[in-house]
Amino acid sequence: MLFKMAKKPDLLPGTLDMLILKTLTRAPLHGYGIALSIKRLSDDVLTVEEGSLYPALQRLLLQGWVKAEWKMTETNRRARFYTLRSAGRKQLGVELTQFEQMIAAIGRVLSDAQVA
Amino acid sequence: MTWWQIRKRDADVERELQSDLELEEEEQREHGVPPEEARYAALRSFGNPTLISEQTRAVWGWNGLQSLLRDLRISVRTLSRSPGFSIIAVLVMALCIGATTSLFTVVRSVLLRPLPFRDPNGLVMIYEHFRDPGMNAQQFNYNPVAPADYYDWRGQTHGFEDMAAVRYWQFTLTGERGELPELVSARGGTSNLFPLLGVNAAVGRTFTENEDRLDGNAVLLTWSLFVRRFGGTASIVGRQIHLDGKPYTVIGVLPEWFTFPDAKVQVWVPYLSGLPPAILQHHDFHFSRVVARLQPDVSLANALSQVEAVQYRLHLENLNAPVAEDVASRTLIQDLARDVKKPLIILLCAVMCMLLIGCLNVANLTVARSAARQKEIAVRSALGARKMLLIREQLVESLLVSLAGGITGVLLSLAATKWLVTTWTDLPSALSVHADGVVVAFACALFISAALLAGLLAAISSTGKQGMAALQASSRSVAGSQTRTALRKTLLTVEIAMTVVLLIGAGLLLKSFWRLRTTDVGCTTDRVLTMGYSLPAKKYDSPEKMNAFSETLLEQVRALPGVRAGALGSMVPGAGSGGDDSFTIPEHPPTAPGTPLPDALIRWVDPGYFSALQIPLLSGRVFTSDDRAGRPKTIIISRQLAEQYFPGEDPLGKHLRLAAEEKGDYQVVGVVADTLYQVGQPARATMYFPVLNGGNYMGLTLAVRTASDPLAISIPIQKQIAEFDPELPVSDVLTIQQIIERSLGNASLSASLVLGFAVLSLILASVGLYGVLSYLTAQRSGEIGIRMALGAQRQEVLRLMLSNGLRPALYGLTLGLAVSIGAVRLIQSMLYGTRPLDPAIFAAVAATLLVVAVLACLVPAWRASRIDPLQALRTE
Repeated sequence: MLFKMAKKPDLLPGTLDMLILKTLTRAPLHGYGIALSIKRLSDDVLTVEEGSLYPALQRLLLQGWVKAEWKMTETNRRARFYTLRSAGRKQLGVELTQFEQMIAAIGRVLSDAQVA
Repeated sequence: MTWWQIRKRDADVERELQSDLELEEEEQREHGVPPEEARYAALRSFGNPTLISEQTRAVWGWNGLQSLLRDLRISVRTLSRSPGFSIIAVLVMALCIGATTSLFTVVRSVLLRPLPFRDPNGLVMIYEHFRDPGMNAQQFNYNPVAPADYYDWRGQTHGFEDMAAVRYWQFTLTGERGELPELVSARGGTSNLFPLLGVNAAVGRTFTENEDRLDGNAVLLTWSLFVRRFGGTASIVGRQIHLDGKPYTVIGVLPEWFTFPDAKVQVWVPYLSGLPPAILQHHDFHFSRVVARLQPDVSLANALSQVEAVQYRLHLENLNAPVAEDVASRTLIQDLARDVKKPLIILLCAVMCMLLIGCLNVANLTVARSAARQKEIAVRSALGARKMLLIREQLVESLLVSLAGGITGVLLSLAATKWLVTTWTDLPSALSVHADGVVVAFACALFISAALLAGLLAAISSTGKQGMAALQASSRSVAGSQTRTALRKTLLTVEIAMTVVLLIGAGLLLKSFWRLRTTDVGCTTDRVLTMGYSLPAKKYDSPEKMNAFSETLLEQVRALPGVRAGALGSMVPGAGSGGDDSFTIPEHPPTAPGTPLPDALIRWVDPGYFSALQIPLLSGRVFTSDDRAGRPKTIIISRQLAEQYFPGEDPLGKHLRLAAEEKGDYQVVGVVADTLYQVGQPARATMYFPVLNGGNYMGLTLAVRTASDPLAISIPIQKQIAEFDPELPVSDVLTIQQIIERSLGNASLSASLVLGFAVLSLILASVGLYGVLSYLTAQRSGEIGIRMALGAQRQEVLRLMLSNGLRPALYGLTLGLAVSIGAVRLIQSMLYGTRPLDPAIFAAVAATLLVVAVLACLVPAWRASRIDPLQALRTE
C-alpha cells in the first residue's frame, strides 16, 4: 500500500486505549491534541496513527468510557473535545493494573534470561 | 439506532477530522511552514482522511450494511455506464428466469402439488387391461370399465375403502319452456363419488344412494354454470331444469374449485340416470372410469390383485366378448396429468438448459467486461481496495443484474404461465395452475444461483495477482490472461454443446409435427365446415322423426348457394374414435374361445357422405336412401376391415353380426378407402352404418363442402337449423382443418416452445462466441501487430483468429452431438414418423451451428486482420 510506506514502530497492542484514557485524566482534549500529547510526552517515540486514533476514540465512546462535545480551543477554533467519564476512570485503573502485571512479568522473564 | 442518529454521527466524524486537520495545519504554520504549504504538510502527516473516516466508521459495526449500500451505488453506476451490456444481461436473465419459472409453475401445479381432495394419496383410477399385444398397441391397456364389471369389483373385493364410477354424458340444457337451449358437457357419478373424494356441495347436497337409479332425476350444477346461467342464487336448489327435454331437480351446487375431471363439465347426474337397463348386465360396454380409495392398511398390489381375480373370472365367463383379462391402475394425479407429464419434463429440461446457457453467457460477458476494466481494478487495488472488496463488488453487480432480470422474469412468467395454460389444452384443468410460495422461492433460488454462478466465475477470473502488472505500461504479457481465456473457452464449449442438444431436440419435434401436419387423413380437408347437433330422444322418439329431420336438413343445406356437397355422419375423419364394437362373421367358422372377437370403429353416415368428403369407394356401392330403418340391413366396411377379416376373399355379400345386437346380420354392400380417426394414430378397421337406420347414436355431425370460405356458410346453416327446431343447439362449428389442428395443438406447442428455446440458446451462444473472439482480438492486438510487422499476411491472421474461435465451437458441436445421441431417447415416444437418430436433423443442426459460429467469429477475426501494425505497436 502506497500510504503506509513510511512506517514507524507500532504501539504495543492494546495499549492505545489506555494511553488515551490516561491523557484525558489531566483535562478534556480533542483528537489531534491527544495524539500530540502522547507524542510529546513519549519524546517522539510513540506515534499514534490517525487511522488508529479515531477508531479507538469511537470505541471508547461506544463503551461509555468517554464523552464527546464540541467546544472552542484557546485559538478559537471549534474542535471535538473528549472528557473522561467515571466508568472510563475505573477502566483505566483496570488496564493499568493489567499492564503493570504484564510489564513486571516480561521484566522477570527478560532478567532471568540474562542471568542464564 | 435511527437513521438520523447515524447521519449525525457520520457528520460528527467528518467534522471532527476536518477540524483536527485544521488544528494540525495551524500547528504547521506556527512551526514556520509557509501557509500555502501548511495544508499539504498537515495532510501528509495526518494521512488519508477518507480512509480514516472509513476505518472509524468500521467501529460501529454498521459497516456491512453501509458498504453494501455503497457497493450497490457503485454497481448501479458502473452498470448504467455500459447500458448495452446491462440491458442485454438483464434481458437474457429475465427471459431465462421467466421461462424457467413459468414451466416450474406448471410442473408444480400439475405434477407436484397434491390434489385438492381428502387424503389424495390414497386415490387411484382402475382400468381394464387387455393382454393382447395388438390391443395394447391400440392403447387398450387403460380401457374404460363396463358398468357390470364395476359393480362386481365393488361388491366382491375388500382392498379398497370404496370405488366410484364416472361416465361421460352430454345434454341439451333448456329452461322449463324449452327456452335458451345450450349443449352442456355432463358426467354421471355414483352417489359415493363425492364422499369418496371428500367433496361437499357448496349449496345443497350431493347425491344419495336412493337417487342413483335408472330413472333418477337429481342434478348437481357446477359452480360456473350456477353463476353463469342462474345468477348464483341459491334458490335454484329444489327447482327444476330440463336436460334433453326431461325435468331434473337441482339438489345442489358443487364448490367453485371443483373442476374434476375437467373444467368443461357443467352438470352432474347420478351414474345410472338415463341408462338402458340392459346395459347393466353387459361386461363389454366400456364407458366408465373407476376411481377408488385404498384402505389405509392395505397395499395397492394386494387390493389390485383382488380386483384382478374378479376380472379374470369375468373374462373367463365372457370369452367371446371383449372383456379384459386384467386390470391396470394409476394414481389419480398420474391419470389427470398422463398426457402432459412427458412434454412437461422435456420442456423443463430444455428451459433449464437455456437458463444455464444464459448464466454462462452473462458470466462470459462479465469476464469480457472485467478484462476491459483490468486497469481500473488495478488502480483501485493499488489505492488500497482489498481483494475481497473487489470480488464482492463483482458479485453485487451480477446480483443486481440477476435481481433485475429475476423481477422482470417473474413478471414475464406470470403472463407466460397464463398464456401457457390457455394454449396448452392438454393440461388437466382439475388442477388449477398458479404460482405459490414454493414457486416464488424457486424463482429466488434461481436468480441467486444464477448471480453466484455468473458473478463468481467472472470475479475469480478477473482478480488474479496481476494487479501491478496491468498498471505497467506494457500489458503485452499479462500473466493469467491465458487461464482466463481457457476458462471462457470452456464455458463456450459447454454452451455450444447444450445448444446443439436443444437444437436437435427441437428439430426432431418439428419434423415429427410436420409429419403429423401433412398426414393424409383419407378424406378432403379443403373447405369443409362441420357442426354438431344432437336430437333429443324425447322429442325425436322414432327413427321416422329423426330421418325426416336429417333428410330435410340435408336437402335444404345442399340447396344453399356456395355449397358443393353436404354430408351427415356421426363423425368426420380426424375427430376422434367415437366408439367401437366387436362383431362376428356368420360365413366364417366361430372364433376359438379365448381369442377376442374382431373389433371395429362404428360410423353412421348418409348416402352422400363418401362423395361429399371424397372418400373413394373401392368396390360395391355406397348407401342409397333405401338403406334405412325397416329395410334389409346393410353395412359398408373400410379397406382395413376387409383386409384384416376377409383376407383373400370378396367381402361383398358377406355379413357382419354385431356382438351387442342379436337381431339380424348386416350385409356388406361396399368397401371404402381407409380414413384416420385421429392424426398420429394408425388407421383402424371401420364399419359404416346408414344414418337413416335411426337411433343408437348420440350426436351427428353435419359436414359441408363449400366453394369458398367455409366459415361464411355457418350462419345460413345455423339459421336453417333454427327454422326447423329453435330448441336445437349446434356445437363445435369448425372446419376439418381446424379439427385436425386442434388435435395437433399440443404437439405444435411443445415443438415450437423447444424450438424457441433452442433458437434463443443459439443466439446466446453466438453472442458468446463473438464476445470471446472480440476480447481475444483486443488482447492480442499487440502480438498481431508484431506478427504483421514481421511479415505475416492478413489472410494468415484471419485464419489464425478464425481457428481460435472455431475450436471451442467444434469441440462443443462434437460434445453436443455425442450427448444428443443419448438425450433423444427421452423424446423418442413423442415422435411420429421420425427416427430419434434422424441423420438429416443431425446434419442440419451441425451445419446451422457451424454457419452461425463462422459468422460470429468472422467479424472479430476480420477486424484482427485489419489491424494496422504501427497503430497497434504505438498503443502498447
